[in-house]
Amino acid sequence: MSQPETSKNNLTVTKKRISDPRSVQILLISLTYLFFIGFIFLPLGLVFSQAFSKGWSFYLESIREPYAIEAVKLTMLTLAIVVPVNAVFGVSAAWAITKFNFKGKTTLKSLLDLPFAVSPVIAGLIFVLLLGSRTAFGSWLGEHGIKIIFSTPGIVIATIFVTFPFIARELIPLMEAQGRDEEEAALTLGAKGWQIFGKITLPNIRWGLLYGMILCGARSIGEFGAVSVVSGHIRGQTNTIPLHVEILYSEYNFTASFAVASLLVFLALLTVVIKSVMEKQFQKNSFHL
Amino acid sequence: MGIELQNITKTFGDYKAIDNLNLNIASGDLIALLGPSGCGKTTLLRIIAGLELADSGKIILENKDTTNLPPRKKNVGFVFQHYALFRRLNVFENVAFGLKVLPFRERPSRSEIRDRVEHLLKLVQMDWALKRYPSQLSGGQRQRVALARALAVNPRVLLLDEPFSALDAKVRQELRRWLRKLHDEIHVTSIFVTHDQEEALELADKIVVINKGRIEQQGTPQEVYDHPANAFVYNFLGNVNVFHGRIHNGKVSLGAHQVDAPDDLKGIEAKPSQTFVRPHEIGISRIRSSANDLSGTIREVRLQGGQIGLNIECEGLDDPIEAEVQRELFINLELAKGVDVFVSINRVKVFAGDYEI
Repeated sequence: MSQPETSKNNLTVTKKRISDPRSVQILLISLTYLFFIGFIFLPLGLVFSQAFSKGWSFYLESIREPYAIEAVKLTMLTLAIVVPVNAVFGVSAAWAITKFNFKGKTTLKSLLDLPFAVSPVIAGLIFVLLLGSRTAFGSWLGEHGIKIIFSTPGIVIATIFVTFPFIARELIPLMEAQGRDEEEAALTLGAKGWQIFGKITLPNIRWGLLYGMILCGARSIGEFGAVSVVSGHIRGQTNTIPLHVEILYSEYNFTASFAVASLLVFLALLTVVIKSVMEKQFQKNSFHL
Repeated sequence: MGIELQNITKTFGDYKAIDNLNLNIASGDLIALLGPSGCGKTTLLRIIAGLELADSGKIILENKDTTNLPPRKKNVGFVFQHYALFRRLNVFENVAFGLKVLPFRERPSRSEIRDRVEHLLKLVQMDWALKRYPSQLSGGQRQRVALARALAVNPRVLLLDEPFSALDAKVRQELRRWLRKLHDEIHVTSIFVTHDQEEALELADKIVVINKGRIEQQGTPQEVYDHPANAFVYNFLGNVNVFHGRIHNGKVSLGAHQVDAPDDLKGIEAKPSQTFVRPHEIGISRIRSSANDLSGTIREVRLQGGQIGLNIECEGLDDPIEAEVQRELFINLELAKGVDVFVSINRVKVFAGDYEI
């Protein structure tokens, strides 16, 4: 092949290379669709068809059954504690990491990813080993009538651990990009710390914060591994929705299992909708950056 | 005294940003802190505002020792290089911020706040933009709002950190003149930091030239420009030709040529020297007018507004010299690239010794 002589020729050649192989486009697009069908639409459809296979009344019965209702309540309780706790933690961690200089900052920043890297089962085991009745601390707690493992506090703690990076990771790049100028300006104008936080910092990060909270909430509703280890699977007491689904399934009660699972699917879909609405808001607001 | 700084020192690790600096500024003056980037001028401004803590020293603002006050109690107005407007608040709320965060007892009433904000925005000619958000304003407009915001709290002193450097040339010049006018109206003691000598010369009552954390010279623009204290100041204030040579028995060598040394350096027997000549103090003619003239050839012609910049290669000099001539002269002498000319050096400033810049 001879070299194209003029730059104009060159341009056409490059353009062709980028856009031409229609076959590749078709292949990639169909692969994407196939993947979506095989791994998302089909399983989702299956969940619903199984859930409704014995009709509406059975479906309603399955999700209105007392154990199911207890599981939903526990999941919501966990959600209601975990998200605010992690919001406070996430904001303070992001604040500390982006606005102050201190020793060990880089290490902390990388350790923030640990809960994502560690298998949730191991996370659960860590808390059993740390707070279970076999340890000194655990038995001391037991003597004082405080039960953590195999009870609600254990579930909450394990969920907090698994979901704590979400909010901080969302905020750190945002706060880094915004810098400290506005806070410094507020400071020279006589604002106190809490005024600066409430009037300047929080409004500046609110969309990022909400977005992180959504992700954190979605994950805490669905968390199985870590919760499974610390919960002890006591029906009506320490079963969250995912654990309840698993128990029904292992009892060959497939239809009921899928019915409850469909609740999780609804929550997940709701999360996706809220998330995409927020993403739009977030982008709309990011021109203020 | 408006501002008194006594023995201010600040180090970052091993790096001395401010080195035992003393400065007194009269009340109501507009002062330029002028220096190259990294000379410590911004650090000094941030120390006065309390955004940085000095290692040692004393800061007295309008006769009140503010050294140990927290920044929010120093009552200084600070204008940032990149405006730092509150992006979630509109123009009105931005300017009102400093009043609204006052403790309840000191806080003016709603209508007083409104009046004051509107008055200030009128002063900075931004009263049409009350409801706009910072992202809807141009750079120059944002900086005006930032200035109104800083003035809203009746600051003891006003500090401006390279306030115009993020703006384009035309707006920068406009805003500069406007700030000078504004300062003549409100008379608050002000310091602005700049690395732009033109800005400092045009705007300031007094210029403080800073290098490596120390003051090189302070004085009115006229004093500093006409009588630079040392080679650094001379070099920093405007374009200049530098000739490295030697002082020898009352004569200064410029390449192969010699000029008389200034009186105060006549006694020196032999020492390295630096000779400075401003481009506009170089005379150009087509005929030799004195034996001291250098002959040279124009290598480059540049249009610089009303003046023409010439790059001239001279016999006996290693480096070409930069000269500036009026457009009229340029046309009358029929100067152009490649034309042979005679160059006379009218006013030189000689500093003995090698001055590192």
